[in-house]
Amino acid sequence: MSRARLFWRKAVNNVMLTLTGVAALGVVSVLFLILGYLIWNGGASLNLNFFTQLPKPVGETGGGMANAIVGSLKLLFLAAIMGLPVGLMAGVYLAEFGGKTFSFVIRYTTDLLNGVPSIVIGIFAYSLVVLPVKHFSTLAGGVALAVMVIPITVRSTEEFLRAVPGNMREAAMALGASKWKTIATVVLPAASGGILTGMLLSLARVAGETAPLLFTAFSNRFWSQGWEQPIASLPVMIYTYAIAPYDDWHRQAWAAGLVLLGLVLVSNLGARFILARTKAV
Amino acid sequence: MKKIMLVVSLLLGAAALVAADTGTILLNAAGATFPYPIYSKWFDVYHTAHPNIQINYQSIGSGGGIRQLQAGTVDFGASDGPMSDEQLAQSKFKILHFPTVLGADVPSYNIPGVTAELNFTQKALADIFLDKITKWNDPELTKANPGVNLPSADIVVVHRSDGSGTTYIWTDFLSKASEEWKNKVGKGTSVNWPVGLGGKGNEGVAGLVKQTPYAIGYIELVYAAQNSISFGKVQNAAGKYVKADLAGVTAAAAGAAKDMPEDFRVSITNAPGATAYPISSFTWLLIPAHIEDAAKRDAIKDFLKWMLVDGQKYNEGLTYAQLPKAVIAKEMKAISLIQ
Amino acid sequence: MSATATTIAHEVPPKSGLRAFVHKLRSGDEIAHLITLVFAASILLITSLLVIELWKTSHLSRAKFGWMFFWTRTWDPIFDNFGAAPFIYGTLVTSAIALVIAVPLGLAAAIFLSELAPRKISDGISFLIDLLAAVPSVIYGLLGIFIVVPLMRTTVGPAIKSVLGFTPLFSGPNYGVGFLTAGIVLAIMVVPFIISVSREVLLTVPREQREAAMALGATRWESTWQAVVPWARTGILGSVFLALARALGETMAVTMVIGNDPKITASLFAPGYTIASVIANEFTEATGDLYLSALIELGLVLFLMTFILNGLARILIVATERGGGRPA
Repeated sequence: MSRARLFWRKAVNNVMLTLTGVAALGVVSVLFLILGYLIWNGGASLNLNFFTQLPKPVGETGGGMANAIVGSLKLLFLAAIMGLPVGLMAGVYLAEFGGKTFSFVIRYTTDLLNGVPSIVIGIFAYSLVVLPVKHFSTLAGGVALAVMVIPITVRSTEEFLRAVPGNMREAAMALGASKWKTIATVVLPAASGGILTGMLLSLARVAGETAPLLFTAFSNRFWSQGWEQPIASLPVMIYTYAIAPYDDWHRQAWAAGLVLLGLVLVSNLGARFILARTKAV
Repeated sequence: MKKIMLVVSLLLGAAALVAADTGTILLNAAGATFPYPIYSKWFDVYHTAHPNIQINYQSIGSGGGIRQLQAGTVDFGASDGPMSDEQLAQSKFKILHFPTVLGADVPSYNIPGVTAELNFTQKALADIFLDKITKWNDPELTKANPGVNLPSADIVVVHRSDGSGTTYIWTDFLSKASEEWKNKVGKGTSVNWPVGLGGKGNEGVAGLVKQTPYAIGYIELVYAAQNSISFGKVQNAAGKYVKADLAGVTAAAAGAAKDMPEDFRVSITNAPGATAYPISSFTWLLIPAHIEDAAKRDAIKDFLKWMLVDGQKYNEGLTYAQLPKAVIAKEMKAISLIQ
Repeated sequence: MSATATTIAHEVPPKSGLRAFVHKLRSGDEIAHLITLVFAASILLITSLLVIELWKTSHLSRAKFGWMFFWTRTWDPIFDNFGAAPFIYGTLVTSAIALVIAVPLGLAAAIFLSELAPRKISDGISFLIDLLAAVPSVIYGLLGIFIVVPLMRTTVGPAIKSVLGFTPLFSGPNYGVGFLTAGIVLAIMVVPFIISVSREVLLTVPREQREAAMALGATRWESTWQAVVPWARTGILGSVFLALARALGETMAVTMVIGNDPKITASLFAPGYTIASVIANEFTEATGDLYLSALIELGLVLFLMTFILNGLARILIVATERGGGRPA
């Protein structure tokens, strides 16, 4: 092999390997760019007004997003109580009881549901919950988000249940426990770290969803009472304010973006932390 | 055990939230973005005076207002394009139109280096939106603006991407201004635009025009004023170039006030008169003639009465013109039609 | 009879019939089985309901337009003439641009993380990239409007135009919003998926592959590119399909930067429209039942596209994980 050829190959080697490193760092730096911009533009607008005031009439400054923050929390609450139990139970079924074909069908359907674009889920919730009662409601938004929570929860529940070592189950059975008792008192607690992580992550994922709320929960300039009224939410407010021409609204959109991203990142970090702790046990 | 208690306490909390404060009357409304600034002001002031009545108005466009009203998901709607005879016939229930304010569509633009107020002939506006005039220094524009140094840049047309009463007013005017527009595109809340970017709501179009150099878009007067976006004068039916303002809009409505039809649906674009602004329009609240819920019915009627007397005082502060006295008197009587 | 015959007092479970069923119920296991089964079946119910609702509510549009819906280029609410072509085009073009940018970038990063970086750094960076995947779409849209669009209009657009402006792909005026901008924002959104799946797939490639290549005198890069990556090629393709499925359904970020114009133009600088965007913009105001039905039919089309792609992605990824990598 000629020296020139070897030199060329080594050069290509160095260049390409450096490029891969550059690519990785570039992608990571996007994350920091996003955070940086949000903090820079939204940080200044994160004042007390933002957290306590309702939106002001168009063109006037000083309004806030108090109702949107509470709105997002209410929607997440609904998504949690409707979606998490279904996901948990289905995950238990797949990991502990499932027969071969039926489990395959369920898993396939869950994957299918997971891949449905969120706007289509919005259409579904609209025809299911909004049309029959003829009004937009918090409940409709909650249903849309719950449907999105289910597949993520199923997957993580099943995964972590399966990871529980077989000898734990066998020990319980040897002591005379029935199958369901084993699951309830031994297997589930052992997998609880991972399962809770999955639940937290699924909620963090739907907290930022905008599209399915556009025609289910709609929006509200006031506080929303009960579950049958339209309700404001952080993502929808960000969208509405971002495309408008008012500078004050833009600032509020950045601030809301910062709050939303903060919530999502904290949940993700928290989830990892829980996971690390349970693994260490 | 702990988990059960957690669940129970969460459920109780939920129940408490549901039971909270049932004395409030919440009215949901949706529709036009054209009058959104004045409506949001009105609903805010009205709520302060009547703390138990909340009117939640979402500006999703006139098309949205008509649609959601017919679907029954809102208590009343708002539109700057009056419902057509077909739409009213297709509606499952009777709908009444109530004019609220007078406003104007303005041709707003963003040309770096040009601060002068441009004159637009009717032909110029139609041809720009027909994609026949593509550069700012086209003869049709330079002819009407001697002394202004118009650049040779491409015109970026901006229109509405959603179903819009503002679009209805604009295309209604263009249909009167240009035979070609009338046949090729027509008028409506949502048309097949020959060219241009789509913005969502008046807000979206104003946002796009403000951020895109060499853009031109049609928006309601207050959006241009509140965001310091330049807008030009338009040639009216009498041949004069008029800038949109309270006087021009009021002049345009003067003739209509005398011959206002019973259902208040009327077009005042291209109105006669030397001082009339040619792209003016009423905007309407769409109220169902029959409202089941007595509390809601009374709240809506009370609001309408307030709007016709006290509400009108806020119009001019936001550059909307007040309704003519004759129209107000007629509307007061029409309120009793809401059963 | 001898009383010494000891009998252990235990219940002999009945072998069959109703008594067997009741007995099993009392033991609790069957109840648990039943309950979890019901919940699992509810997922089937929800998904079928979703498809049925979509099918039912798009009936008007399907009946009127039939297969022509896919080719019609007009979207005219006044004359009630609706066609999916501009939206399918916009969806495909923006996703294609996103992949063209994200696949090389993502693959390169995945190679770095799986082959070159020490394990701790690799895990750390992967974690950060997973966080990027968790950023909500509307925030990407926010950044798109205020950062990417001005950048495209003032810097990147003119730069591209000065070099490639003569090609039909880059002709026409540069607004800042449009296909290209939407594609770029989408690329940033899907790159984490490509990286995380490709990285995992690359990590499963057996060491022998690398070692064999190195033993033959290949440089690090050559052994990676010519021995390792081809082995994982099906899984990497799977990650691309996953990213594509995600890009197709992306709504908010695209709606905010695409320009909302239902036209089919060759130029990437032109404004366009995607299926998800038009539904988001026009759903609440579709006056007229046919209009609404046409929008829902678009939703059905989108659903089918993502369904097929996700299915293919699953098959490919599972095939690789089962050790089905083919030698180069």
